[in-house]
Parts: sequence; C-alpha cells; structure tokens
Amino acid sequence: MRRTLYLLPVVLFLALAGYFAVALRPDHDPRELPSALIDKEAPQFALAGLNGPMVARDALKGGPVMINFFASWCVPCRIEHPLLMRLAEQNHVPLYGIDYKDEPQDAQRLLARFGDPYKAIGMDRDGRVGLDFGVYGVPETYVLDKTGHIRKRFVGPLTAQQVDNELLPLLKELGRP
Amino acid sequence: MITEFGHMALILALCVALVQSTVPLLGASRGYAGWMAVGRNTALVQFVLVAIAMLALMHAYVTSDFSVINVIENSHTDKPLLYKITGVWGNHEGSMLLWIFMLSVCGAALALFSGNLPPDLRARVLSVQGMIAVGFLVFILLTSNPFLRTWPPAANGHGLNPVLQDPGLAFHPPFLYLGYVGFSVSFSFAVAALIEGRVDAAWARWVRPWALASWCFLTVGIAMGSWWAYYTLGWGGWWFWDPVENASFMPWLVGTALIHSSIVVEKRDTLKSWTILLAIVTFSLSLVGTFLVRSGVLSSVHAFAVDPWRGSFILLLLIVAIGGSLTLYAMRAPALKGGGLFAPVSREGALLLNNILLTACAATVFLGTLYPLFLDAVGGAKVSVGPPFFDRTFVPMMIPVLIAMAVGPMLAWKRGDLLGALQRLWVAFAVAAGFTLVMLYVTYGGPVLAVLGLGLAVWTAMGVAVELAERVRLFRIPAAESFRRAIHLPRSALGMTFAHLGMAISVAGISATAWETEHLAIVPIGGGFTLSGYDFHLDKVENLQGPNYIANDATVVVRRGGQLVEVMHPERRYFALQDQTTSVTAIRSNPFADLYVALGEPAADGGWTIRAYWKPLISWIWGGAIIMAFGGVVSLSDRRWRVGAAARRRQPMAQTAAAE
Repeated sequence: MRRTLYLLPVVLFLALAGYFAVALRPDHDPRELPSALIDKEAPQFALAGLNGPMVARDALKGGPVMINFFASWCVPCRIEHPLLMRLAEQNHVPLYGIDYKDEPQDAQRLLARFGDPYKAIGMDRDGRVGLDFGVYGVPETYVLDKTGHIRKRFVGPLTAQQVDNELLPLLKELGRP
Repeated sequence: MITEFGHMALILALCVALVQSTVPLLGASRGYAGWMAVGRNTALVQFVLVAIAMLALMHAYVTSDFSVINVIENSHTDKPLLYKITGVWGNHEGSMLLWIFMLSVCGAALALFSGNLPPDLRARVLSVQGMIAVGFLVFILLTSNPFLRTWPPAANGHGLNPVLQDPGLAFHPPFLYLGYVGFSVSFSFAVAALIEGRVDAAWARWVRPWALASWCFLTVGIAMGSWWAYYTLGWGGWWFWDPVENASFMPWLVGTALIHSSIVVEKRDTLKSWTILLAIVTFSLSLVGTFLVRSGVLSSVHAFAVDPWRGSFILLLLIVAIGGSLTLYAMRAPALKGGGLFAPVSREGALLLNNILLTACAATVFLGTLYPLFLDAVGGAKVSVGPPFFDRTFVPMMIPVLIAMAVGPMLAWKRGDLLGALQRLWVAFAVAAGFTLVMLYVTYGGPVLAVLGLGLAVWTAMGVAVELAERVRLFRIPAAESFRRAIHLPRSALGMTFAHLGMAISVAGISATAWETEHLAIVPIGGGFTLSGYDFHLDKVENLQGPNYIANDATVVVRRGGQLVEVMHPERRYFALQDQTTSVTAIRSNPFADLYVALGEPAADGGWTIRAYWKPLISWIWGGAIIMAFGGVVSLSDRRWRVGAAARRRQPMAQTAAAE
C-alpha cells in the first residue's frame, strides 16, 4: 500500500503526458474558445467615430445592441456584409461597427462600395478594444443587452442560419428597445 | 565564419555533455576516482563551449549578419544596439540557446563550488546535470538551430517585435531562465540522492542554497515580467493569469515549498522523500512550462511561433526527464529512512502545513491553466476559465497561508506551544483587527474582501515584527543592545524576516488594487478631466522621431487643488517596419499611489483618447517581491553555508537547531 502511494506521481504525470500528446494533434486549434466575457459587462471603451460621433460603451446602454468587429482587409467580412445590410434594413436592433486595425480611408472605400449597415463606427486602429473583448480575429459579433452585458458572441462571419436560429430568438428574448 | 564557430561549439558541447552524463555516473557506481573527476572538467568545458555559441550568435546580431536566418527574422540595422543584443533571446531559437547557456552556468557553478562534496555524490549530480544538457542540446540542434544560414543574404531584417523593444523585457528572460534552470541543480541533487539511496541533513544543507538562489532569481524574474506588462501594455493590468505567466508561477509556488521543506530535512532529518519529490516537481514544472509556451497546445498572448514537431520533441524530453525521475522516485523513495513522526504543533508541523497549502495552490493554478486542455481532450465543451476562476480558488487559499505565516515562526522545533505562540502574537492580532475594523468603517460600502486582504497583510507584517522583537528582546534590554543583537542574528533568520515582510507588502499592494480608479475619454487639445482629485490637462501632442519609430508625445499636466503635481509624457510609438503601434505609458510613482496615463487613438476631430488610472499602493506589489528576493539573498549569506558545511555529517547539528 505504502509503495503504491509512491507510484502516484509517475502515474499522474503519465496521464498528463497523454493529454499533452492528444493536444499536439495537428487538427487541434487552441484558439477555438468561447468568450470568457459572456454575461459579463462589456469592457469599457470609447472610440473615435468614423465620420460620426464617438462610439462608447456607456452610450450604448438602454437597449440591446450588436457590435460587429470588422476590417476592410478582412475577406470573411465581405462574405458577411450582405447579411449585415439585410439585418440593418429589417431594423431588428442597432448595429454598431468597430473597425479593427484599419485605416479610415480604406474603411470609407469599403462602405461606399458595399453600403453601410452600421449606426455608427468606432475606429479601433491599434486593436486595443478588440484585445479587451478577446477578439481572436475579424469578423466577430457581440450581442449586448440593455445593461451593457455581453450575451452572445459569434466568431467568424455570421450565417443566415445563425441569424434565424440564434440571433433573432435572442433579440426577441432581450426585448426590442 | 564566427557563426560556424558557434555552431561547432554547440555540437562539441553536446559531445562533452554525453561524456558528462555517463562517465562520472559509471565511475561513481564502480568506485573509479578518475572517472568521477571527469564530471568537474566536462561541466566547465561545456560552459566555455556554450558561452562561445552564445557570443557567436550575439556577434551575428550586433554586426547584423543577414545571411543568418535567425538574424533576418528578428533583427534590423536600425535597431538600437541594446535591442540587437537582447533580441538574441527575443525569439524561440535564441531563447533556447539562452536556456542552455544558463544551464551550463549552473553546471559550471556546481563544478566549481562542490569541491567539498563527497566525490561520488558530486559525480552523480554532475552526471544528471549533463543528461539534462544532452536533452536540450539535441533539441536545439535538431529542431531550433539559431545558426542556420541562407543564401543570398537578405538586404535587411524583419526587425524585433516592437513590444519587446523595452529595457524591462530585455532583462526579464535571463532572470526567469536562471530561476527555472537553477532548479535543475536541486533536481540533479534529488535524482543523485535517489540513485545513492541516501538523504540526510548534509544533503539538505547542500541543496538549499541552490534552491534558494534559483528561487530569488525566479522571484525577481516574475516581478520584472509583471512590471513590464503593467507599464507597456497600457491598460494598467499587472497579472493576467495567462498560461505563460502561470508557467513561471507554478515552479515558484512549489519552489517556495521546497525551500521551506528542506529546512525540515536539515534541522530535523525528516520529511525527506517529500522534499525529494518537491525538488523533482519544481524542475518538472519548469519543463512543463517550457513545453506549454513553445508547443502551442494552449493559446497565450506571449506564445512563441508554434511548431508541432518541436512540441512533440519537448514532450519526449518531458517523458524521459519527468517520467524517468518519478519512476526512480517510486522505486527508491520507499526505502529512504524517514525521521519518524512529529508533533503537528511544532515548527516542522507549521512548515509541513505551509508545504501542503503551497502545493495545493500550485495544483489549483495547474488545473486552471490546463483545464481547457483536459476538457478539450475528452471532447467536452471548450471553455477558458480565466481570471474569475483564479480569483475564486487561488485567492481564498492564500488566506490560511498568510494566517499561518505569522504563527509558524513563533513555534519551537519538535514541540511547539500554539497557545503560547498566539498569546505572544496578541499585539499583532490587536493591530490587524483594529486596522481592519477602522478600514471597514472608513470604506463602508466598498470592497470588503480587499479590506480583509489588507488586514491579513497587517497581521503578517506585525507577526514578523513581533517575532523579530522577541529575537532581539526589544524593550526588555536596552535599545542599543537590541540593535546589536539584530545585527548579529543568524542571517537565515533575518532572511526569513525580510522574505515574510516582502510577502506582506505584496499582499497589501494586491489588495489595494480594489480601490483603483479609471478614466477613459477622448480629450481635445487644451481639454482635461478629473480623476480621484487630480486634474489632468492635455497641453499638446507633438511628433517625435525615434531611432526606428515615430512617436506622438503628449504633454499632460497634472494638478491637484491648483498645485502642479507632475508633467507627464505618455507616448504612442509607431514602428513603420512592422506597421505596429506600441504605447509608452507615463507613470508617476510614489510609495502611496501611481498615476498612470496612456495615450490612445487620435480622434477625427483632433482630440486624443486618454486612459488614466489612479492606483493606490500598486508599486508595493513589485517592491514586496524585491524584498522577498532580498530576504533570500540575506539567507544565502548565512555563515553555515560558508563555514562547517564541508563535513557531510550523518547527524543533524543539534546545537544549531536548538539555537535557532
């Protein structure tokens, strides 16, 4: 009995090594994690607006809002863009954009060409706000409730399916402004 | 040419390490004195060879030799000289070379300062040290060679990540690695003791200075890393429970347990197999940390370039080194003669409690760090636990550590008197309780836990003071006589006083973060805002030209009640080469609070985003860590490491034990 106790460290270590081996498999993506901020208050931010007023967290409280991180250099954002335009037309919820690590004139050009679905756009040129939100890459979309708490995070381009099955029911639950 | 010298030196170092890892070990088991003596020379030669390799790589960086791939990827001619040198370890290959260099420094120091060790133990320790070197030299030569060339040479390099171009970060890795790698010596001692099947007080007396020195370096290294994060990342945080930070914190926790438990082995000749296990685990955690940082199995803000093949190789190294040593432990440790049971209420009992709590803390951090990995492997949902987990688990576990910290040193060896110790601590308790109640009243409605944290810090500090006062018989004998006694206290006792005091100071600093205030706004030139009674006024933002960047330098004038406090200059630096912006925060520090201003984005209408914080007692966090490390250094200067340690005694020195 006493001897087996001394075996415990090596057994525990071998189990750990097994986990490490699994984690090293090539298809493993350590970045695939949901936001740790779900149901937490959104990080404090105040960004200079792109041809408009500044976008700040505290100003967004009062009704559910969506925040979409995008950039002109991001290809998946173009894929998502028409869907955002449709959402904006249907006027479900105010959609705010955060232009992530981008140049204002590039963003202007993008919006002039494809249309502007956003109520206002904050310029996050050095990506600090993205970092605070834990953005892994653009696009990412967050749904905030009226108290400014993050309720949902979509990583990657939104799909029509996600909008119908997850986004719209959530917005309904949160209540329109 | 010089680069090839470096490469050759590294290959030769591997050959020497192979000799070092086998010949002295065989010599020790067969009793050949000549073979055993090989260990010393090979360790010294290996140090010289690795130093040549290190210097060769530095030469390539300083002369901007753009035919070396590693230099192309991480350097640039415009980079200031300091960062050309420190850029050597700002990347995976170079930092591995630094790791091996530190290992060879430890090996050489061991060879030089082990002259009075029994020859067989010395040979075995150096052999084990050689084995670790073999593993890492093979790793660097096969998977991460920094000396590879390319042809034709590049016109210029890609430059070093601007975030790393900072004096704080320049010296953070050497300290951290010296700490990590220093624990390899206690690991080698543990494995050698298991091979010999013998652990006694003299063994502990040998291990302790090495563990203590490594612990000091690790403490300073972690503090530097945290301070760097605080002043460069620009959002005022100082600890993020990031996997890489945890990787350095876990060996620190277990190493702290090790330096305490080795006292018990030395003074009471018991707790031996536990101490051996701690020595193995401390270094193992350093290795696991290296693996986590470099294999990409966990995502982190600090992660190096990810390469699965490197990860597999380090995993193999882990299995050989940790699996091997723990298997040896399972085979040999049961045979180690324990010193028998001891009373729970005694100095050794208190040290055991400290050990249990610290290892439990380390286990918590370990679980929190690796939980996403475990859950992912069994196909569960992907979660990241993040700071909320650590705040709820780790922080409460530190409370008993702090409570016990004041009581433990008051207990006598063998049989302590808990009631008596508590009675002698009544002053500490009264002051801490009084302080807590007053603070609760003053900050009514504020953070209660933070007040309790401050109260605990006061309790610990007062406990240290009471213990010191007793030692020097303060107020019982004339003050001058007390002072004379204080100076002539054993250095190990003084070291403990400093280390525990440092801990109390850090805890106070950490608790006080609950009262920090933050202000974030877009401020027009000439505008301002008020934060915690300070008026901030943005005078102007100028453009400055740095050596390899362009900076926006803001002039922020801070006044309090109309009186000028400080003119602060936060900067945003734009590095054109990497198209990256870094922030240089302006911090006005005094012992009571920091004012912290970071310059953010310019707004379209000419204003600037400014983030300002008022952070009470924040500098105590690092100040406390430095005092802790200083305590370690004081303890290292204790005369028993210098005098009388030569003889490997079978019996613990009863007189010393009684005197302390």
